[in-house]
Amino acid sequence: MSQAPIAQSGGFLRNRSGDTGCPSNDGICLGWMVDHLDRYWDPFLEHVVLTLIPLAIGFAIALSMGLIAHRQKWLITPLTGLTSAIYTIPSISSFLLLLPITGRGNDTAIIALTAYTLVIIFRNVITGLAGVPQHAVDAARGMGLTGTQLLFRVELPLALPEIIAGLRIAAATTVGLAAFAYLAGAGGLGANIDSDIDFRGNVLVCGIILTLLAATLDAIVLFVQRLLTPWRRAVVT
Amino acid sequence: MGDTSERSTAEPLEFRDATKRYPGSSEPAVDGLSLKVSAGEICVLVGPSGCGKTTAMRMVNRMIDITSGDILLGGRSVKERKPEELRRNIGYVIQQIGLFPHRTIGENIATVPALLGWSKARMAARAEELIELVGLPREMLKRYPAQLSGGQRQRVGVARALAVDPPVMLMDEPFGAIDPINRERLQNEFLRLQAELRKTIVFVTHDIDEAIKMGDRIAVLQVGGKLAQYAPPAELLTAPASSFVEDFVGADRALKRLALQRVRDIDLWTVATCRAGEPVGALRERLADADLDIPLLVDAEQKPVGWLSERGLTGERVRPELRSPAEPIVELDDILRDALSDLLARESMYGPVVDAGGHVVGALSIQAISHAIGHARDDVRGAADRVDSDRAPEPAEPAGDP
Repeated sequence: MSQAPIAQSGGFLRNRSGDTGCPSNDGICLGWMVDHLDRYWDPFLEHVVLTLIPLAIGFAIALSMGLIAHRQKWLITPLTGLTSAIYTIPSISSFLLLLPITGRGNDTAIIALTAYTLVIIFRNVITGLAGVPQHAVDAARGMGLTGTQLLFRVELPLALPEIIAGLRIAAATTVGLAAFAYLAGAGGLGANIDSDIDFRGNVLVCGIILTLLAATLDAIVLFVQRLLTPWRRAVVT
Repeated sequence: MGDTSERSTAEPLEFRDATKRYPGSSEPAVDGLSLKVSAGEICVLVGPSGCGKTTAMRMVNRMIDITSGDILLGGRSVKERKPEELRRNIGYVIQQIGLFPHRTIGENIATVPALLGWSKARMAARAEELIELVGLPREMLKRYPAQLSGGQRQRVGVARALAVDPPVMLMDEPFGAIDPINRERLQNEFLRLQAELRKTIVFVTHDIDEAIKMGDRIAVLQVGGKLAQYAPPAELLTAPASSFVEDFVGADRALKRLALQRVRDIDLWTVATCRAGEPVGALRERLADADLDIPLLVDAEQKPVGWLSERGLTGERVRPELRSPAEPIVELDDILRDALSDLLARESMYGPVVDAGGHVVGALSIQAISHAIGHARDDVRGAADRVDSDRAPEPAEPAGDP
């Protein structure tokens, strides 16, 4: 994918010599913003990829860790500690720290972004599973559900709202963190911001797009949750 | 199999020296429990908290594994069977009910059928059948548990436990979380259901009154998981085996016994009846033979009108205007405790007893009741009929004794 944004820094969004008026004054130029939206399309797609891939991988890993730790309770503390420790590393330094190991590019960004989702999703998986009503679990076992049946028919569906809440936070966080992915040589809207950070119109377009992306992802996840948890909307009579 | 006409036959259950010891605990939770539950009977495990009653119950479906001894279900050791298979054939009802909040009532009821791979049509038909059996409308099947009241959820819990018509049911304080009025109603409904289904039931409670009401036999456990007494309710009340049992059943056990008997179960007093205008001479002769020395004025259909006063006997003929109200009127099917309560409430020492048609058959007096209590020890078996306190005019249930 796009490996070059940093090299184009400064020159690729606006042609300083050609622009006059508002852009040359670094203003918030609505007309310019509308006219030049196409320049943000590819970085936007890169940003979506940089958000969705870490989310998907992070969700798979954190869910698996959560399920294992739910059965082997002693794992909860060390896994929480490990994922929390990762989360405390400042994002910018983690992109830079990984560079010598994984090199410049999307891989590095995706590894770092995935790592940040783990603690959020893992904690919510554990909280969700722990919050399943004990009497429902007891009744399920008493009726002869096996461990696997209990997990998939009772525990996971009931933990779903909590797990999805974690996914929503992780999605919003990743959209934001992916704006630093350009430091690892990946693309995304962060590259656009960095390329002309003095131009308020440019920064504002990126900010709006990022906000809309985060809000849209959140709405999609929320919609999926509502589809999957019809019982939560049942009217209590 | 799913058809109600082909009910699975109940199986007998036997605890054989069943013991549960938790690692690191010096005292066993259940200590050498041996008792037999006949097929189709309700065995109540009752005792104070920490007596191991729930542990004993949960050993039946292997939610808790036995340390030593054995439990036989239909003659087969539960230890030989895979826990999941065993549990699918044992109805399981707990105090918190444990309905799955994310499943509709219909889906909840069909939990075990779904595990056994029933077809959708068969599961739906069974759910409809069961929801009606427990007295709820069919529309409920599409609702979620959060939309039901506590009593309704409890009924669904019972329906779910009955889904594959298991021969045995385990019930752990099933009515414990229900308010007293609804608890009484649910208990009565359940007894009616059980009269029809005749499951073998292990019923855990800490409430001795519930135990007396629900049990064909009651196992009183004491702390440390020891069986203190295993007997039908009437025997437990008249002949407690130890001071522990005596304390546990309570100082009012004579009154509790009255709740187990109906008016027809005791020796009633004879009463001389008379009609208005009949000769006093003949009445006086009958009066001499009756237990009660006051004549009862009746109408042409032998229905009570009032007690004739002394002065009503002074003339040649019975003068009906000289009477006092014959209250309370007691029915043969009344529960003795309720009848006594009526007598006390009316400040009356006796009242006429009528049959279902309202005809006088004798009199119930406080002396007759105390006489019955005094003779109870000699006559435990006669009192073993379980009594349904809402006086439903249904056929008397078979005696609790096997």
